[in-house]
Amino acid sequence: MTQLSRLPLARKTLPVIITLGALVVIAVGVSLFGSTVTNRIVTVMFVHVVLVLGLQLFMGNSGILSFAHVGFMAIGAYGSALMSIPAENKSRSLPNLYEPLMGVELGFLPAILVGAATAGLFAAITGVALMRLSDTAAAISSFALLVIINVVLSQWNEVTNGPRTLSGILKYTDMWTAFGWAAIGVIVAFLFKESSLGMKLRASRDNLHAADAIGINVTRTRWISFVFSAFIAGLAGGLWAHFITSFQPDALYFEMTFLVLMMLVVGGPHTITGATLGVIIVTVVNEGLRSIENNLALSGALPFKTVGMTEIVLAVVLIIMLALRPGGIIHTVELGGGVGRRRELQTSASSQKGTRR
Amino acid sequence: MNEVLQVVVNALSLGSLHALLALGLVMVFGILKLVNFAYGELIMVAGYTWFVLQPSWVPLILIMLVAIVAVVITSVATERIAFRPLRSGSMNAMLITSFAVSTILQSSALIFVSPRPSVINVPRGLTSYISVGPAQISVLNLVIFAVSIVTLLGLMLVMQKTRLGITLRAAADDFRMLQLLGIRADQVIATAFVISGLLAGIAGVLWVSRIGMVWPTIGMTPLLIAIIAIVVGGMNSLKGAIVGGFFMGALHIIMQTFLPQNLLAFLDAFIFGVVILVLVFRPEGIVKGRFQTERIG
Repeated sequence: MTQLSRLPLARKTLPVIITLGALVVIAVGVSLFGSTVTNRIVTVMFVHVVLVLGLQLFMGNSGILSFAHVGFMAIGAYGSALMSIPAENKSRSLPNLYEPLMGVELGFLPAILVGAATAGLFAAITGVALMRLSDTAAAISSFALLVIINVVLSQWNEVTNGPRTLSGILKYTDMWTAFGWAAIGVIVAFLFKESSLGMKLRASRDNLHAADAIGINVTRTRWISFVFSAFIAGLAGGLWAHFITSFQPDALYFEMTFLVLMMLVVGGPHTITGATLGVIIVTVVNEGLRSIENNLALSGALPFKTVGMTEIVLAVVLIIMLALRPGGIIHTVELGGGVGRRRELQTSASSQKGTRR
Repeated sequence: MNEVLQVVVNALSLGSLHALLALGLVMVFGILKLVNFAYGELIMVAGYTWFVLQPSWVPLILIMLVAIVAVVITSVATERIAFRPLRSGSMNAMLITSFAVSTILQSSALIFVSPRPSVINVPRGLTSYISVGPAQISVLNLVIFAVSIVTLLGLMLVMQKTRLGITLRAAADDFRMLQLLGIRADQVIATAFVISGLLAGIAGVLWVSRIGMVWPTIGMTPLLIAIIAIVVGGMNSLKGAIVGGFFMGALHIIMQTFLPQNLLAFLDAFIFGVVILVLVFRPEGIVKGRFQTERIG
């Protein structure tokens, strides 16, 4: 062990530097050479980085699949929008809003923090119940939560304009803002992973009973990280809302959930470098396919409509990916975190086999 | 009084349909521990097969049978192509795969048929009502109830009395033991998908004739219903799925009848709230299975 931990600092900081470096390169490259379209795509990509890292923080470390995070994102989006829409716009886009909320007009930062806090609060309440469950039951309950959030958002006419589009939100998020938050997200995710909380959570993921036996309060540990990751997802929602500026509840539902899960799973849910890489790859593939789809539709080369082809190809890629490399592109060791680590990896790999069903 | 009879018949009819849906889902879940998110799309396949064959001379009953067969084929194909390569992987990978399969099927319908709802001609005889005293009872509801009950009884018979059923039940209890006894895993799992598809096919035909339309995301509601039903009823037994199905049907009809008008839009949220409550206070569901899923706290 002493031998192996000779390079702990490099092993811990190199992945952060690599991840941040990649994001910086993308951001600078796009701001120098990119068109308006690529700028848009990259901004949304950075928002996705925040969301996926928030999800990774919980899902990667705890091993519990969560469908609910796009729901938390939606809460963050609507929460922050309600706080920031100027009063004169509110009377137009939300004429039936409750009186006390009508006059509220916060700046960008406080608004998205309030939105994120709302998402965190909601996760805190529901998490009390959810975090007691494991495996499939937890996954299904989080799915139920996503549906509940969507139903409430699309029926609560006074606050969300119902299933219709909510508009009048000011555009605060630009590419550099999104980049800044993505960078913060990367650092926070790494800090969390190395914190005692993160380690306890991974211990409960790898062996629930052993973690319980050495005195880790698994329910509590999960609950704290669930709330924290919902907060980050809410933050991503706020950033997204102030970039898109008009949206409806269904924009943050199954499709987005599928996309986000795909990003995480393709990249590797256990690693932060993997999750970030997943966002980048899926964004590139998705946008590439989308433009091919549009070109095909315009040229009329095919006898049928092409809307939906992107989804099919993405889903097929995802299935193949899962079959060939179930742990994602970057599985257990962070990119750049493998310095002098081969032997350690071997031992952990052989001990992991026993826990699989 | 007449309202009571109507509510009871509707609840029984919807409940038996939900029970069928839940059973199909639990067939696969029991063995693979996989909640098959592509299950709802099987309903869609049934609907579109009916829609495609509709203009032809084929008699209705044959169309329905073909639709059921199409669903069975789809169900087995998804197992063979998508789930089998991943079976040794993690639970999450399988869940996400089923999500991906669901997306593929939905988008295919979107591309090759239409994104808009397509109308299915349900025969006039089914949509009429018969009067029992002052109560109006829909013929369709009676048919649904009859077909579902016959299917349920048939399945129970197969599961209890035949070698196949015993193998399937044993697989749900302890799959590894079964493999050690020399039963082929692939075969058992494929059979489970056949039965799951059969149930989904029958339920799908009934579901579509209730609605009279089919569209790419039609499977969402039945999928959610089936998930809730097995969670509420108990995930580790077939009985649980049936109990859960009837419970959900009754809950739905009762809430629909008695919930105040302005809250009716939140019906789904209420129902899902009930699910989470059940999970918290009775994580194993109404009917306890032989084995409990891992749980802490």
